[in-house]
Amino acid sequence: MSKNNSKNGNGSGEGRSSAESFEIKVGLAEMMKGGVIMDVTTAEQAKIAEEAGACAVMALERVPADIRKEGGVARMCSIEIIEGIQRTVSIPVMAKVRIGHFAEARVLEQLGVDFIDESEVLTPADDAHHIDKHAYRSPFVCGCRDLGEALRRIGEGAAMIRTKGEAGSGNIVEAVRHLRQVNGDIRALTALRPEELASRAKELRAPLELVQRVAEAGCLPVPNFAAGGIATPADAVLCMSLGAEAVFVGSGIFKSEDPARRAAAVVRATTHWNEPEEVLAASRGLGSAMPGIEMETLGEHERLANRGW
Amino acid sequence: MKVGILAIQGDVEAHAKAVERLGAETAWVRREKDLAGIDALILPGGESTTISKGLERVGLYEPLETFARSGKPVLGTCAGALLLAREIENYPVRSLGLLDLVAVRNAYGTQVNSFAAVPDVIEGRPGPLEGLRCVFIRAPQLRRPGPEVEVLARVDGWPVCVRQGNVLATTFHPELTDDTRIHQLLLEKA
Repeated sequence: MSKNNSKNGNGSGEGRSSAESFEIKVGLAEMMKGGVIMDVTTAEQAKIAEEAGACAVMALERVPADIRKEGGVARMCSIEIIEGIQRTVSIPVMAKVRIGHFAEARVLEQLGVDFIDESEVLTPADDAHHIDKHAYRSPFVCGCRDLGEALRRIGEGAAMIRTKGEAGSGNIVEAVRHLRQVNGDIRALTALRPEELASRAKELRAPLELVQRVAEAGCLPVPNFAAGGIATPADAVLCMSLGAEAVFVGSGIFKSEDPARRAAAVVRATTHWNEPEEVLAASRGLGSAMPGIEMETLGEHERLANRGW
Repeated sequence: MKVGILAIQGDVEAHAKAVERLGAETAWVRREKDLAGIDALILPGGESTTISKGLERVGLYEPLETFARSGKPVLGTCAGALLLAREIENYPVRSLGLLDLVAVRNAYGTQVNSFAAVPDVIEGRPGPLEGLRCVFIRAPQLRRPGPEVEVLARVDGWPVCVRQGNVLATTFHPELTDDTRIHQLLLEKA
């Protein structure tokens, strides 16, 4: 890999100002719009995802459905697996760290991972603080359930937001709830008068400067993707139709009967989300989807979305 | 004037905003029929593997090539520049062969090596893109340009903005900054 080969351009990123650094981080998130990011646990799976047209892969040791089933502490993926995936594919490689685990994040940055997901899917390492994401050259993505949570993460330096949904559930209901909540919160904000924004920021527990920006622009300052429970092409289309700019598919691909086929179908449906005949074609002949979980059967402590503060 | 933007995957919206700032209309291109009535075409940034597979699936490679060979202006940025090249190195995908050069994917490394820069000043002559802020995101490098290829800007000696007839390409993302000089170059040929 060529590193530090750019004199004028500060190719190493060492000389980036913080505003410039943020712009470059959000830039990669912009490039993933309209795409599908797939969870993978091996280099072979990463290859299948790339062949299917994924715009990035997310490396982790166990997909959320298995973390849920097997229990135990879920940590950052092993270095060997991440390196194996980096050697195998040409698309961006993302990886997850535990909430607040800034040392795991340093390791991934050192590995040259393209995006770090500070994720509620792994067991949190800090029950009060998230990572100071401004302090890294790697961009971060974080989950959220509402606008306040999204803006707290952006304030900490996240360059991409994803709604949390309920990972490993195969059930889209939570993803829908969180997408509607975030976008509803944004619409409500745009209707407020300027002097009303300060108290709203307090209610949202979000930085006033970001609340003002969202009220003015009518959208988040970083791309907003959807995650958590997407199992079919139509699930991806539902999220895109509700305003998600791209989708993450976790267990939905590799816990299904025919992963390669389903992966390509979800990509096709995401590209053509507003063309029903394409979505129909993408939905044919996929075999069975991953088994799903009814939300009512999950206790509050079993819900991954409740992690993060 | 109507500018078509290839909308398989990538930062389509950012290009649309840049074009609209210059007062032109935009249209999404996902099918051959979407190219009818288009005066200029943009191939946006995004993931070149994803875009290439999408182009194959909808059968757009030949129509895009026909459009470009008709002489109407075409701009490719980053992944879009790759797709215009004669040849691609380092995990090649199928390209359109409209620019006589070799594009090397991910030539600077991963996202931690992404950067911003301004074009080199060569022998004291700043050139038409002086001071343009160029944002490079997992950028490719353009190498071995043929005699027909005009290099409009370099960074660290590498061509980052090139033109061959009606085809314009940048390895950086003019759509991510407010400077509209690159989009102007496209529109003034339309």
